[in-house]
This record gives sequence, structure tokens and C-alpha cells, in this order.
Amino acid sequence: MNLLDVFTIVMTTCGLFFFLAGSIGLLRFPDVFCRLHALTKADNLGLGLIVFGVLPQTASVFDAVQLILIWLLVMVAGAVGCYLIAQQAVGDLSKDAESQSTKGHGLAIPSTIRPAVKPASSSPTGSTHNVF
Amino acid sequence: MIEYLSAITGMLILVLLIGLGRILLGPSPADRMLASQLFGTAGVSILLLLAVIQEQFALINIALVLALLAPLTLITFVYLKKNPA
Repeated sequence: MNLLDVFTIVMTTCGLFFFLAGSIGLLRFPDVFCRLHALTKADNLGLGLIVFGVLPQTASVFDAVQLILIWLLVMVAGAVGCYLIAQQAVGDLSKDAESQSTKGHGLAIPSTIRPAVKPASSSPTGSTHNVF
Repeated sequence: MIEYLSAITGMLILVLLIGLGRILLGPSPADRMLASQLFGTAGVSILLLLAVIQEQFALINIALVLALLAPLTLITFVYLKKNPA
């Protein structure tokens, strides 16, 4: 086992750690924005570390350049996707705040604006506010 | 070292299973699309590790295709949410 193999093992282990951290964050965090934060940053870093670990094992320079380009593509795509999902989630949030129906999203509607509308909506759907 | 990389690949498949849990739980469609983005990045790294393990470097091209297609699902999702077909 030479030095490059040790480098590969260390780098892929670090990448796996970041992947595990990101996916556990995706499973455990309370709302969409926290999950977005956990996923987009930790995953891109984990993929970058795995790419750097795989880099010394490639057969040709062309493959190595292609690996780097894949990593750059995933980073750009991750940034764009993060922005789009966050924008869409913010739209959902304001729509929910208007219609006062949280539907168990776990999103942070300020509780100070809830009682003002609650007596007006005496329908049975008013009891589904505090699911969490 | 091949055995070690195989173990890492198995752990990455475990990461994919955790993402499946979020698809099952996720209250809003945006959560489920986030899990699909996790599938994109974890799938790319699984393919890269498999390229080294099996010494089939054509798998890097498949990883490139997966990395290209994963954000397209997100863009289509957001586009269809804004202007429903």
C-alpha cells in the first residue's frame, strides 16, 4: 500500500462522513430550510472529497479532468437547485401565512398572528393547527 | 484497498436509504425533491467509486450523465409548481 492509496482511503472516509452528516441532517432537521442547509453544503463537500480521493486512482489524465468537471458541475447545479427550492418554499410559507393553514409543515408561522384569526374560523379544520 | 472502497460504497447506499426515509416522511413536496437531490450527489459518488473498484472508467461518463440529469428534475419541479400544466 503506497502513499496514494492512503490518500484515497483518508479522502473517501472524510467524504463518507460528510455524506452521512448531510443525510442525517436531512432526516432529523425540523423544516425545509434547515434540511436545505444540511443537504446542499455537506453533500457537495462530501462529493468533492470523494472526487479528490478517486483522483489518484484514475487511468488517464482525461479521466481526472472529467472528474474535476463533474464536481464543478454538481456544485453549480447544487447552488442553483438550493436557490430554486428555497424560493419555492418561501412562496409556500407566505401562502400558508395568508390562508392560516399550516397543514403540519413544521414551518415557523409566528404564533402571535394565529389567535387573531382563530375565532373567526370555527370550522373543524381549526383544530389541526398544532400537529407538532 | 478495493475492499475498503467497497465498504465505503455500501455505506453510501445506506445514505441513500436514509434519504428514502425522508421521502416517506417528508410533509411537503419540496422535502421529497431535496431527497432526490441527495440521490443525485450520492449516486454520482457511488458510480465514481465503482469505476475505481471495477476498473471500468466508462462509469465516469454515467456519473456525468447522472450529475447532469439530477438538477433538471429540480428545475422541472419548480417550473411546474409555478405554472401548472
